[in-house]
Amino acid sequence: MTTEMSPERVQQILQNPTFQTLDRQRWRLGMTLTIIQLFIYFGFILVVALAPDYLRQSWRGGVTTLGIPIGIGVILSAFILCGIYVWFANSRFDALNQRIQQEFGQ
Amino acid sequence: MSLLAAGKRALLLAAGLSLPAWVWAVGDVGETTKQPTNWIAISMFVLFVVMTLGITKWAARQNTSRAAFYTAGGGITGFQNGLAIAGDFMSAASFLGISAMVFTKGYDGLLYSIGFLVGWPIILFIIAERLRNLGRFTFADVAAYRLKRGPTRTMAAISTLIVVAFYLIAQMVGAGQLIKLLFGLDYNIAVVIVGVLMMAYVLFGGMLATTWVQIIKAVLLLSGASFMAFMVLRYCGFSMETMFTKAVDIFGRANNVADPQKIMGPGTLLSSPLDAISLGVALMFGTAGLPHILMRFFTVSDAKEARKSVFYATGFIGYFYLLTFIIGFGAILFVAENPTYLDTIKMAATGKLELQGGGNMAAIHLAHAVGGDWFLGFISAVAFATILAVVAGLTLSGASAVSHDLYANVIAHGRATEAQEMRVSKMAVLGLAILAILLGILFEKQNVAFMVGLAFAVAASANFPVLLLSMFWRGLTTRGALIGGTLGLVSSLVLIFMTKAVWVETLHLSDTAPISLTNPALFSMLLAFLGCWLFSVTDRSAQAQAEKAAYDSQYVRAITGIGASGASDH
Repeated sequence: MTTEMSPERVQQILQNPTFQTLDRQRWRLGMTLTIIQLFIYFGFILVVALAPDYLRQSWRGGVTTLGIPIGIGVILSAFILCGIYVWFANSRFDALNQRIQQEFGQ
Repeated sequence: MSLLAAGKRALLLAAGLSLPAWVWAVGDVGETTKQPTNWIAISMFVLFVVMTLGITKWAARQNTSRAAFYTAGGGITGFQNGLAIAGDFMSAASFLGISAMVFTKGYDGLLYSIGFLVGWPIILFIIAERLRNLGRFTFADVAAYRLKRGPTRTMAAISTLIVVAFYLIAQMVGAGQLIKLLFGLDYNIAVVIVGVLMMAYVLFGGMLATTWVQIIKAVLLLSGASFMAFMVLRYCGFSMETMFTKAVDIFGRANNVADPQKIMGPGTLLSSPLDAISLGVALMFGTAGLPHILMRFFTVSDAKEARKSVFYATGFIGYFYLLTFIIGFGAILFVAENPTYLDTIKMAATGKLELQGGGNMAAIHLAHAVGGDWFLGFISAVAFATILAVVAGLTLSGASAVSHDLYANVIAHGRATEAQEMRVSKMAVLGLAILAILLGILFEKQNVAFMVGLAFAVAASANFPVLLLSMFWRGLTTRGALIGGTLGLVSSLVLIFMTKAVWVETLHLSDTAPISLTNPALFSMLLAFLGCWLFSVTDRSAQAQAEKAAYDSQYVRAITGIGASGASDH
């Protein structure tokens, strides 16, 4: 649909060590964080479904239950995981991609 | 039909992300009764309209190319786009509906809102940057990148239009009912006002105006909700423990229950593991398949800004859900025992706690309790503005499916000029606006509550699998994508009609539903993935070989952005 790269150029980029580093590191980070997020969320709703009493117990002896900090923690985890990804991407991936652009970019 | 039950239904119908079937089910079928005209709310709303039309006029001067119309020329920053995305999520229904859920069920309201949030990190980690690097105007650009243009785009356009249509009906009917209740305007007038304003934003201002309307509304809603939460916390000496202690105490008295502490933990929501996972799948992956959300990733200049958008959006949405949680508990403190807000006549009949105007009025009454008549007017106007902003985005998304996917790429085989495509897109906006008004009027007395749940199920089952596999699996072929996507589309539609919300409560076919799930997305989505896989690996055509071979070049572009469409169309 837009400017096509030649097959040779595509293969060159695919073989490029910087490209491979970028691809591997980003994929690994993205997958790790995805699995953590899925684990946190589906783990949480399975506790809700199977062991709700765990979340109903008092937190620090008051009316507030353990479910409150855990629930808020799930919300915060989403934001923190996003922050981790953005931090790595800004500080590391962009620099790698910059190098690829300089070498191959039109 | 009494006003009270009717009001409850109206607010349940309110726009945006709706509640799942079982929550909707508490709304009685009926209409709202027209209220005395609320001039403060109307003045505030007129102010909002004047401001947004001014922005539309400014945006119209720049709305001269395809790129400007579909994507604001890619000139939106990550922060602005994050606010706009959050605006699409912070709908009237999530504000009123979730705070009302907290008011009546406590912890379950928090539980429910979490499902809407956790899809966003996944979008960031695996989709957002690649989507921006591969696409230009619609998500079908990505799906059809190496697959056969005609059939792939036709399918994407059809599922986009189905999602948009169901979402629009729910919005328009909700808008009419809500405005009748809060503003005291006639239903039909309300629907026409929404339709005409939304058309003006999109037609003249394109994506730039649509985005700014959404940003302004997001800021207004976040400010209003922050003020309410602040007032509640101040009343409790900024101690959550004090707030919960008072709330449990009042909840027990007001609802006459022996064990009010139960609102501090999980109740009936998500009590079945299978249902919990299936609903979780619909919320998480449906978000990643909603065309009007995906479209927003093309409004920023590059992958870096796309990434920032999701980060900010996740922050704003998470913050908003924390606010609605506090607002719900605040409503217990300020509203549940205040005779001004209670419907004593209905309470005498049902023996339960009943609010003036219905169950979803908790946040509206709290607005009055903490801020008086003017703040009530402000929050009502923001609720109206919210609906308007969401329907504008939906209409733009539907119009781009018609003009960019169906017309320019399928009918004209990619040979349409930019001017021709623009003309078709404007006609599509006009057509969709008229259709939205007509559907809104037609469905006035129907129970349309299930339609947003349906939109999420279709998005998770038809769009998401094809989009994900096209980016990550070399083996996906046109045949696999078409059959898999169609299976997802058809099965999600069929299964949704067999759920309790549609089968029993809307169509009254029998007393029990054929399937017990709230949302069948888990099964329809798996079926779509299975179809994509099976009919791709068995595809031995030469076309399939070429499509697999094209994966390398697509992959390089997805990772590096080399060759991606830049900030401008020139």
